[in-house]
Amino acid sequence: MAQHGVAQIWRRIRAIYNIEGNTCKTCDTYYFPPRPVCPTCRRKGVLEDHKFKGLGKIHTFAVVRQAPDDFKRQIPYVIAQVELDEGARVTAQIVNIDPEEVEIGMRVRACFRKITQAGTAGVIVYGYKFEPVLKVTGHSYP
Amino acid sequence: MSNRVAIIGVGLSKFGELWEQSIVDITLEAAMVAIFDSGVRGADIEAVCIGNMSAGRFTGQEHLGALAVDAGGLGGVPAYSVEAACASGGAAVRQAYMAIRSGEHDVMMVLGTEKMSDVNQTEAMNTISVASDWEWEGMFGATFPALYAFIARRHMKEYGTTEEQLSLPTVKNHANAAHNPYAQFQRPVPLKVVMGSGMLADPIRVLHSSPVTDGAAGLIMCSEEKAKEYTDTPVYIESSTQASDTLALHDRRDICTMDAVVKSSKEALEKAKVEIKDIDVFELHDSFTIGEITLTEDVGIAKKGEGGQTLSDGLTEIGGKFPVNTSGGLKARGHPIGATGVAQIVELALQLREQGGGRQVDGAERGLAVNIGGTGATSIVHILGR
Amino acid sequence: MVGIVGYGVYVPRYRIKTEEIAAVWGEDGPKLAKGLGVFEKSVPGPDEDVATISVEAARNAIKQGDIDPTDIGAVYVGSESHPYAVKPTGTIVAESIGCTHDITCADFEFACKAGTAAVQTCMGLVDSKMIKIGLAIGSDTAQGRPGDALEYSAAAGGAAFLIGKKKPVATIEETVSFTTDTPDFWRREGEDFPSHGARFTGEPAYFRHVGAGAKSLLKKTKTTVEDYDYFVFHMPNGKFPIAMGRQLGVPPEKLEDSLIVRQIGNTYSGSAMMGLARILDIADPDSKIFMVAYGSGAGSDAFSIKVEEEIESRRGEVPTMDDYIARKTYVSYAVYAKYRRKIVALG
Repeated sequence: MAQHGVAQIWRRIRAIYNIEGNTCKTCDTYYFPPRPVCPTCRRKGVLEDHKFKGLGKIHTFAVVRQAPDDFKRQIPYVIAQVELDEGARVTAQIVNIDPEEVEIGMRVRACFRKITQAGTAGVIVYGYKFEPVLKVTGHSYP
Repeated sequence: MSNRVAIIGVGLSKFGELWEQSIVDITLEAAMVAIFDSGVRGADIEAVCIGNMSAGRFTGQEHLGALAVDAGGLGGVPAYSVEAACASGGAAVRQAYMAIRSGEHDVMMVLGTEKMSDVNQTEAMNTISVASDWEWEGMFGATFPALYAFIARRHMKEYGTTEEQLSLPTVKNHANAAHNPYAQFQRPVPLKVVMGSGMLADPIRVLHSSPVTDGAAGLIMCSEEKAKEYTDTPVYIESSTQASDTLALHDRRDICTMDAVVKSSKEALEKAKVEIKDIDVFELHDSFTIGEITLTEDVGIAKKGEGGQTLSDGLTEIGGKFPVNTSGGLKARGHPIGATGVAQIVELALQLREQGGGRQVDGAERGLAVNIGGTGATSIVHILGR
Repeated sequence: MVGIVGYGVYVPRYRIKTEEIAAVWGEDGPKLAKGLGVFEKSVPGPDEDVATISVEAARNAIKQGDIDPTDIGAVYVGSESHPYAVKPTGTIVAESIGCTHDITCADFEFACKAGTAAVQTCMGLVDSKMIKIGLAIGSDTAQGRPGDALEYSAAAGGAAFLIGKKKPVATIEETVSFTTDTPDFWRREGEDFPSHGARFTGEPAYFRHVGAGAKSLLKKTKTTVEDYDYFVFHMPNGKFPIAMGRQLGVPPEKLEDSLIVRQIGNTYSGSAMMGLARILDIADPDSKIFMVAYGSGAGSDAFSIKVEEEIESRRGEVPTMDDYIARKTYVSYAVYAKYRRKIVALG
């Protein structure tokens, strides 16, 4: 048996480091996280890997003020559903912004952050969070 | 074989932070009350089905079926637990309904139980989070209140639902619970207090959220023919339906609508051959107040987007056209996760038996319960009649 | 000739002012800031570490260099604050920038010059044709013991340099190193904070090694200070590089543009490399840059660099050092303590 969480994280590393999902060539739908079966086409579906651009807009969000211990240091933090430009929605934190400045519809881009860790001795989970697009992120304001 | 399944006994344990009682104690308490209420003898019970979400994480104990028959001295009857997150209780009721309708069993005991206060806050929050999509929501910091905050914020944006409307289910449900001797919070709470309570995940406040509750609920169910042997006041399950949706909220077509609820409640009404206006009393899954608002819309009491206004208009109060959560709901009766779906049926049965006391809906003949799992990935609907 | 085919930097958004730290310890903030030459320093967010900073810098470098990440054959991350004591940061970086799995990878540690040691290693691999492109990163989330002089300067940031031969934005004409066993600054295994020799870190450590490295490079390249347009020295604070420049006879205006330490503090393994990045952001083609990185323990890596025409076509898309310096949010000492794991009860 593996140490708690290790294999569970490891097998998702490509997806959570680079927002790699998949797309169904039959119905032209993009999925993130990657789906084992296209829920629309099922056996007629043809799934191919797809690396998302990492750009999107905020669909909805919450400002978390009570959280489990792993997230205590970050309170208050913003968690959101980001609608990616390709069409899938993803749940992720929004960083590099004060909570009161976050708005539905805001353009965001993916960045790379620490997500959580299995205590101070355990494995560290890295992956996507999102931040507002700015010149500093290599984008101009929309 | 009859089409209807009877409920001939109901029972509840106390709901609340029950420091002195274990999961065995509360489960047995609800079971005994239900058995005595029904008039069946232990030996008449042919099988036991228990709704429970996560005793393994909350208490370190699984295999609750065997545990319950052992503790209750029910001998060697088949027993098992079913899990559908917060809809585990509803799923247990539905399992028994199907077993009895199939003719496999004549008399069954249904239990729902959850002992939540034996773990600390972090463990409780993490355990509740596994009802959502843990790998793609919970692990990224989306707490359960945050997921409902996603719905609330979107509902406010799209339909103009106000913070006051978000607080009204709490006020109503606490007022109802003041008349429910089993409720966790048997006291009214003013709107101002709700609106000023601490933030969990903006815009969801502490008093927009159901509490951590220990509790259990039980039913004795049997075939329609058999019911007459035990009681003159049986109530009947007229329809039982269930539907599913995506596990993760971010995969939904529209996060403000629980499609599984729309589908299962529509089917339940069709199967029972009734319309929404024929329902006298509702138990709708208000784990968060925004849930009661969207469910009011999804079952058809209000049009989409008008759930908040329906509350403002008093339509869902006792005495209104569509009384919702006469028991106090998950907010005030308490939300011991696996017990909730069973406790909703207990409340409807009491209402139909006119044993609702100070919260009785006059002449209630038909009731509808919606029990949902996660953020709406499972919906289980029961319509009861007498 | 081997050169820099792409580069990128990253600085966390948070800053704390020297005065804010000074107030906690009853020091005269403005005086201290002026004396140190550090007015504010960068602070990593609670979810940032050397791996995340390295990835952000590397992604910027790949975009700036417009290179295909599958051409990268080596990934080396230099740092003294790797998130794991055992388990490389480099693998996290490689996986998150789209490298193939057929690469060599390791983490480097040589106090503040681990990143330039990685640059030199990549140069050797490229020059010997073992790899096409090497990624060398210098990145740190440096910690100073609360109340220690280092607390005013220990900062977070990183720079990533892609080393290769095809269309470089700058060529590395020569590099030399100077190494001795000099314990001026160290951190023992298992210790949260480093220790240092206080004033011993100056003359026998920083000045001796940077000076020797600089002189050695001038001698080897048969050049003088006049032959260079820009100078970059490791910046443990704002004072040392200026004093070093004075010793070597460098006109202050040739050093001025690299002194990012004033606004973001000492980013350790990132420090000299980020100073170089600041120069590459602004230098005209054919400019010559003289850089000496310093690492305690102790050693220096000196580089002679020539800016190429190619650089102009790469500008504009990727955030510059100045963009990151300008993006900032100040935090109080209390928030800084929360973010930097100085509140023991939070674990």
